[in-house]
Amino acid sequence: MNTESNAMPESHADAQVLTASTSAPQPLYWSIRRELWENRSIYIAPLAVAGIVLVGFLIGTVHLPERMRTALTLQPMQRLAVIEQPYHMAALMIMGFEFLVALFYCLDALHGERRDRSILFWKSLPVSDLTAVMSKASIPLLVLPLVAFVITVATQWIMLLISTAILLAHGVSVAPLWSEMPWLQLSVMLLYHLVAMHGFWYAPIYGWLLMVSGWARRAVFLWAALPLIAIGVIEKIAFNTSHFGALLRTRILGGPGASDLTASGGVMMHPLTLARLGEFLVSPGLWVGLAITAAFLAAAVQLRRYQGPI
Amino acid sequence: MACIEARGLRKTFGTTVAVDGIDLRVEEGRILGLIGPNGAGKTTALNAILGLTPYQGELKVLGRDPWSEREQLMRDVCFIADVAVLPRWVRVSQLLDYVAGVHPRFDRGKAEEFLAKTTIRQSHKVRELSKGMVTQLHLALVMAIDARLLVLDEPTLGLDILYRKQFYDSLLNDYFDRSRTIVVTTHQVEEVQHVLTDVMFIAHGRIVLSCSMEELESRFVELSAHPEQVAAARAFRPIYERQALGRSVLLFDGVDRQQLAALGETRTPSIADLFVAVMSHQAQGAAR
Repeated sequence: MNTESNAMPESHADAQVLTASTSAPQPLYWSIRRELWENRSIYIAPLAVAGIVLVGFLIGTVHLPERMRTALTLQPMQRLAVIEQPYHMAALMIMGFEFLVALFYCLDALHGERRDRSILFWKSLPVSDLTAVMSKASIPLLVLPLVAFVITVATQWIMLLISTAILLAHGVSVAPLWSEMPWLQLSVMLLYHLVAMHGFWYAPIYGWLLMVSGWARRAVFLWAALPLIAIGVIEKIAFNTSHFGALLRTRILGGPGASDLTASGGVMMHPLTLARLGEFLVSPGLWVGLAITAAFLAAAVQLRRYQGPI
Repeated sequence: MACIEARGLRKTFGTTVAVDGIDLRVEEGRILGLIGPNGAGKTTALNAILGLTPYQGELKVLGRDPWSEREQLMRDVCFIADVAVLPRWVRVSQLLDYVAGVHPRFDRGKAEEFLAKTTIRQSHKVRELSKGMVTQLHLALVMAIDARLLVLDEPTLGLDILYRKQFYDSLLNDYFDRSRTIVVTTHQVEEVQHVLTDVMFIAHGRIVLSCSMEELESRFVELSAHPEQVAAARAFRPIYERQALGRSVLLFDGVDRQQLAALGETRTPSIADLFVAVMSHQAQGAAR
């Protein structure tokens, strides 16, 4: 190939380089696609939840005109809270399942390929263990939050359009729905929550699960849960404290400036501000968590290097 | 440059010694058969060569250290561990996409051409294919990669005779040329006999016999002795003796074929017979 392009005139050589670069190996990109082929639950599960939410919402639309008429008599803030409620629920449901899918994905990611011996095939290709582990880690850290974001926003828009059609048919004003609801801010808030919380804040959880799935020969879930319970129990018996449990609770329920979506009251009461973003970015919990994640993932890379099929 | 070069290659699992200080040199363009009983250390040795396991001693494959340079090495090395390692969930088209995406030396057209000769369709999932078809698929992938070393560990295990024959025929006719090297382990020794250029017997983590096929032919003689000549034949100290169809069959190492010809019919032993002979000779040696 080199000799060919050398023999060609300059412009042709450039074209050659261009095609060569597009067909150059992209192990990380293809490894992530590989994960999506294998784990279709990554998008099917949130889609199924969205479908269920929409069915529930459709049944609930029987009372929609009536609820809207009542809402119109309320104060603007209360009105928004009432209007927002089903959209908020939809987001919570989809995100909750996204988290579940992420947990199950991580538990199986480095275990499944050893169990079905396919690791011998993957290792016969020029893809490093680092690339393999990074592609698997990127699913819960990046891909799943983005998938959940797209599906949630789409679901909310479908709900909005259905509401509008029904309200118009009943001659109820749709003005608050369209002009008072800050849809753009809702979406930005959602994206922030998914990337910051489900991606960065939960990262150590995913890192831990990935490492255990690369280490355990069987019963990955037990091996993942037992050490955590053991530390909690030992701490309780030895010092009669429960700092470790509290630490885990904070990690799962959310960190600084992050519990807004899960707290009652919804997004409206806690608009995303730069100050809150800053609070999150400087919180030691975030950075300590990311450092621990890096350590877990480094261990997972080494484990994958040493471990064969089981 | 030798394709594979090992000095004092050693691998232990706890107190078990799987590979016990092997010296090995495989030149480019050879087809080496690695033959040994179960647990002899064949797969462990291959795993070391493929960078799948750390080891003690010196080992260079295509000039690289396999354990620290597996990723780079795998651009020039292909391996089929056994037939069942292709993931069952994957679609044939996805597999082609993936290998094309990550392997700089994969020629997708070549793989498709090979698959077109089979009944495998690109829309098939691996789980829908029979064991023989999965092997064909894996072989199609491997043959479309312009590699310098191909390692096959029991590649035809569990396949019926038609697929086994087809497998080695394809390998020889469509893949092998003098610039490539193939290392193969198998229990179906008879089927690879005509394929190999070199043979190596391994037992208890050590090399028991290592020679080229030409050397094997000149060195070992099997004699089906006339009943009245058996005693005379035994005087040449055979390494192994067995009974076949009521006659004594003796196997000699380094005895002149002309001398033996007077005592019965001589021929070159099959690798399988030689293997049995060498292994029991070893066992006797160990017992003494």
